[in-house]
Amino acid sequence: MPPRLNPPKQAVTEILPPSGWRAPALRQLVGHGDLVYFLAKRDVTVRYKQTIVGAFWAVLQPLLLAAVFTLVLGQLTDVPSGGTPYGLFALAGMTMWLFLAGAVGRCSDSTLASSELISKVYFPRMIVPLAALAVPAVDFVAALAVLIVILVVTGHPPGPELLLVPAVFLMAIAVALGIGLWLSALVVRYRDISLAVPFLLLVLLFSTPILYPLSLVPNEYELVLSLNPLVGVMEAFRWTVLADAPGPGAAVLISVGISVLLLASGVLYFARAEQRFADVI
Amino acid sequence: MPARSAPGGSDSALCADGIGKRYTLGAVQGRLLSERITELLRRQRRFSSPGATGGRDFWALRDVSFEISAGEIVGLIGRNGAGKSTMLKVISRITPPTVGRAAVRGRVGTLLEVGTGFHPELSGRENVFLNGAVLGMKRREIMRKYDEIVEFAGVQRFLETPVKRYSSGMYVRLAFAVAAHLEPEILLVDEVLAVGDAEFQRKCLGKMRDVASHGRTVLFVSHNLGAISRLCERALLFEAGRLREDGPAAEVISTYMSSTAASKDAGLADVRDDAPRLGTAEARLRRVRLTGSDGAPLGALHLDERFRVSAEFEVVEAVSEVVFEVGVSTFAGDRLLTANSVDREQPPVPLAAGPREVTVELDALLLPGEFMIDVGVHRPNGTTIDFVQGALRFSVLNAAEEGHDHYPWNVVRGHVRPRAVWSDVRAPSGDPVEDGTRG
Repeated sequence: MPPRLNPPKQAVTEILPPSGWRAPALRQLVGHGDLVYFLAKRDVTVRYKQTIVGAFWAVLQPLLLAAVFTLVLGQLTDVPSGGTPYGLFALAGMTMWLFLAGAVGRCSDSTLASSELISKVYFPRMIVPLAALAVPAVDFVAALAVLIVILVVTGHPPGPELLLVPAVFLMAIAVALGIGLWLSALVVRYRDISLAVPFLLLVLLFSTPILYPLSLVPNEYELVLSLNPLVGVMEAFRWTVLADAPGPGAAVLISVGISVLLLASGVLYFARAEQRFADVI
Repeated sequence: MPARSAPGGSDSALCADGIGKRYTLGAVQGRLLSERITELLRRQRRFSSPGATGGRDFWALRDVSFEISAGEIVGLIGRNGAGKSTMLKVISRITPPTVGRAAVRGRVGTLLEVGTGFHPELSGRENVFLNGAVLGMKRREIMRKYDEIVEFAGVQRFLETPVKRYSSGMYVRLAFAVAAHLEPEILLVDEVLAVGDAEFQRKCLGKMRDVASHGRTVLFVSHNLGAISRLCERALLFEAGRLREDGPAAEVISTYMSSTAASKDAGLADVRDDAPRLGTAEARLRRVRLTGSDGAPLGALHLDERFRVSAEFEVVEAVSEVVFEVGVSTFAGDRLLTANSVDREQPPVPLAAGPREVTVELDALLLPGEFMIDVGVHRPNGTTIDFVQGALRFSVLNAAEEGHDHYPWNVVRGHVRPRAVWSDVRAPSGDPVEDGTRG
């Protein structure tokens, strides 16, 4: 390559001591879009290279779980599920839940799993939890397709609300990323946080109307429960895919507000914590 | 903002101003939240006792300032823990400084190890893209250089094979090929040349020269003083976190050598019991020393410098006749020179029990580079009593002790520079050049 005669004026980067709370460098994040893509591609490729059933795993999981819950809850306790058969109700719930749980779990593990990268190369660290969303997202799309097919085949085709699924999915990403950013930054500093993640997920599974409808919760608790940002996502998702599910109410608005707060604070906390990642990881 | 902190002149690429980096020992690793809570509780009880945090402060870098112009190749030298690698990490923004500021102009590429981010399950092709992106390349840039990278690495036939099936040589070549095609304005390299075979190392050094000749700046951390002296015009010497000297590479290396010569670990290696060794073990090599012909310990040799190798053995059982062997090999394990104590009709010697030392003086005429010393003791019939390969490492610098003698080229071919007597240039004898009709 011939030497460039007129090198373009290069940008000067300042390197300063850590500054505590600071604005996240979102523009840099965009500049590293290709890295997000290749890390995400790596995760997805490796995942499907290593599993025997490949993409079927993404579909099998919600089906099996929904079947189990239908047997246990649907048959033994007769949970009301609106006009939809309980099996379909549980399948819709599981499809969204597996995305949320997978995304939170993978995000929170992502920083420690990438400790080698973080201590050897500079890039905006937020790329790591962001890329960790890829596998659960791909799984979700596969599971969603199967869910829709099953709904149609069993005679419960979704209504026009289905078109809003992408919006609900964005909401789900915001919630999962919000929680994931907090956890992935905390885990670097305090290793025992990673032991608490499975427990947190278990608490969320039962405190979110996944296996039961929100309407089953007494009214006075409904507002308290909606402080859990997963509630809004779950209700909104079921409304978009299940024709007979009730429209999202005030609880959903609260959840949306909380998830925005969670995401914004997660981004800020991560931007503060990432400055010292390489020293403690 | 103070004007000093931005690279000053138009050709300044990098500027560090009063950089300090403090680590708290004992708190370096991630901790447990439960520990943190107990610690807070404890501090509450005996309030404000200084040092209650438990960690000791350690300054990996202290008050380091320098400025580097675009197109310079600068070597960073110093002992382990002197702060060289921390400096690279600060400049590359992997870790922030505790105090001070730095400014860099243009894109920074960091090469702290070869193959960062390689995934064993992915194919060679997939890893080229992944690793390129990790190092800061855009997808289009990688696509443009893809063929060149593959050719440089010489792995054309294995692009669809997962890299976990690669030989370690192929793996390293592919990883370095990606890194070598990174075209940042500032390239930070840490000791990556310690890997790969000699041929590949030569390729790497050539590539780094190339990078710099295109007006790019290279900062190069290495223990390989030979490579530093060949590659860099300028060097920075770090000592205990401080910048001790900044100047022409030859001078800085010479300061470093004289400072390490005074320290006891230069040119000396203790050989542990579990070191890889061969032999019947009546005697065991304990220690190897490299000294000048005046007996002063050396970590590196000048060009053409005579040196002595002393080997200390612990002799468990006396042996009536032995032959000592001292060899010089490349890091790749190719033996270059062998001296046996029975060479040129000298007799085998007896070896009594107890600690024993033998010294040999060599005039090895080595070219600049990195070498290792192999030591062995054998019976005259060839049975090995003890043999240790690579017992001690040393480098040969690209400068003679006196005068201006040096190896003239960037890339060193071969390892030995024989004493040679050249004739004058003249017409071939008995074959007059005037006769152009021959043939």
